[in-house]
Amino acid sequence: MSIIIDENTRLLVQGITGKEGAFHTRQAVEYGTKVVAGMTPGKGGAQVDGIPVYNTVAEAARREGVNASVIFVPPPFAADAIMEAADAGIPLIVCISEGIPTLDMVRIIPFLKARGSRLIGPNCPGIISPGKSKIGIMPGRIHRRGSVGVISRSGTLTYEVVFQLSQREIGQSTCIGIGGDPIVGTHFIDCLKLFEADLETEAVVLIGEIGGTAEEQAASLVREEIKKPVIGFVAGRTAPPGRRMGHAGAIISGGKGTAAEKIAAWEEAGITVCQSPAEIGATVEQVLRKRKRR
Amino acid sequence: MKIHEYQAKQILFAFGVPIPEGGVAETAAEAREISARLGRPVVIKAQIHAGGRGKGGGVKLAQTPEEAERTASSILGMQLVTHQTSPQGVKVRRVLVEEAMEIKKELYLGVTIDRGAALAVIMASESGGMEIEQVAAASPERILKAHVDPGSGIWPFHAREIAFSLGLPPEASLQASQLICSLYRAFWAKDCSLAEINPLVWTGDGRLLALDAKMNLDDNALFRHPEARELRDTQEEDPLETEASRYQINYIKLDGTIGCMVNGAGLAMATMDLIKLCGGEPANFLDVGGGASAEQVENAFRILLSDRNVRAVLINIFGGIMRCDVVAQGMIEAASKLKVEVPIVVRLEGTNVEKGQELLRGSGLNFTVASEMKDAAEKAVKLAQ
Repeated sequence: MSIIIDENTRLLVQGITGKEGAFHTRQAVEYGTKVVAGMTPGKGGAQVDGIPVYNTVAEAARREGVNASVIFVPPPFAADAIMEAADAGIPLIVCISEGIPTLDMVRIIPFLKARGSRLIGPNCPGIISPGKSKIGIMPGRIHRRGSVGVISRSGTLTYEVVFQLSQREIGQSTCIGIGGDPIVGTHFIDCLKLFEADLETEAVVLIGEIGGTAEEQAASLVREEIKKPVIGFVAGRTAPPGRRMGHAGAIISGGKGTAAEKIAAWEEAGITVCQSPAEIGATVEQVLRKRKRR
Repeated sequence: MKIHEYQAKQILFAFGVPIPEGGVAETAAEAREISARLGRPVVIKAQIHAGGRGKGGGVKLAQTPEEAERTASSILGMQLVTHQTSPQGVKVRRVLVEEAMEIKKELYLGVTIDRGAALAVIMASESGGMEIEQVAAASPERILKAHVDPGSGIWPFHAREIAFSLGLPPEASLQASQLICSLYRAFWAKDCSLAEINPLVWTGDGRLLALDAKMNLDDNALFRHPEARELRDTQEEDPLETEASRYQINYIKLDGTIGCMVNGAGLAMATMDLIKLCGGEPANFLDVGGGASAEQVENAFRILLSDRNVRAVLINIFGGIMRCDVVAQGMIEAASKLKVEVPIVVRLEGTNVEKGQELLRGSGLNFTVASEMKDAAEKAVKLAQ
């Protein structure tokens, strides 16, 4: 089944005429994603590789039956782009942009909730259901279709994990990059619930990092509701306190949000924690093998 | 972005938050002048970004202008060491000279972001003058919290609800509720990640004011705050980190011997973690970003290698879109241009990986090619010994 996106996804690219937008549109089309429209204010009427470009999201949605949007828009304008998509009634919005002011996110989250739009990101690589649809910047060719769900706050670390899985012929049902910012639209817990209900998914991999409480919330949910095996890794054991480690949300603040605390919470919840990032694939393999033996 | 206490106070004052009278001094003579102008005992406060200045000896009382001059002289230029600085401490370049006051009550007041709720939250506590994390750990019930809906914003009643729970006399509570609104407005207007008054004091002569102030500005919002960019004090930053920021390279200097260059923050942290697991110590965090162009790689190399502690370099590039032969070519150019002498372990993954590895091996430079992350970390640790 996979979650959130599949072969029925009809994608709009906001910022399609920009360098990033155009490049990743081509990659998406090559992968098999149904990109049905693009949008750049002022470029309505143009075409990118035969894909019609519109001035507004509303018009694109009306004319092309868009049910998802991906945003490649510079940070000063990205919150506005998300709002426009939500206002046009797009149910899934994936925002790749890194650098959106935190208070912009505070302002738009309630509107997204009210309109019922699911936001993935910002500052994320996107979401892929291998073999079905790819929304974002991840390299399609390292993924393979299978039964492991992946939820990650990271970008290239996610690719590393997916690579380790694919090398062991362990495929993925859906991989979601939830993003590295302090405020994101979709959390570990949202995806865990969906994976738990997904018939195609038999195990879930969580990739966390320092900062915030998303991992701790995931631990509570896993303990209470998740029956499928969960394997996890938390990046940033060696991160010094008080420093922003690249991602705006990767910061140990006032002593809170350390990797050690997150790892302890996960272990206590029954999540199999990998101490080394190089062992994640092997650990998932072991867990799946044990499951088959039962 | 961090700013100094005196800068935070200036901002808060502009939003209507009462602050002590005083001024900033960069010399002992200036400190004496300010003290003379105030005509009463003063507190001389070292201005550095780190906290814990009092315990470190950076905050002292002075009764007369002459004493103010002597005290300022001893603090200015000192290497102030606190629990929030490195063991070497930070050089004090200016002091804040403020009227000393009789403190009847110390409170905590702050505005920050509740990430989980995706809302700004006001926090207040009667336990002022202490580290709020300690209060949160020991007695969380002593911290009052009020989330503010971004749509309707802050209303005076929000502030009154908090203010009247702080154990202040009624006239002080009314002052406090105005102050809370002012703090919140400043937080919002300046795109802060944190705006804190600790302690907020009720004085012997019936004044409520911000004895200390701390404001952290959201780096992501600086593009829309040109006035805030001018508040940046690069002397409080590690020079290599300042240099890296010029190229949009995320670099954080650490203490180890293995320099790291990685594309992606999560992968960079994971690489540092792996180095430690293999028995080594990372010299830095460095996210070279999505591009990893030849120019970026060169800039990253230069910054990495400016750290004299670096005995080996580990490069871990997971090229999603980038072609590994292009990345390798960039590395070879950079390494030969910079005449890199330390051994470099490179782990590449992505399109054309074999081609990239071949180029590195055939370059005649000190590149060791690794196949996976663990292999790369182990090799780097060995070479650094």
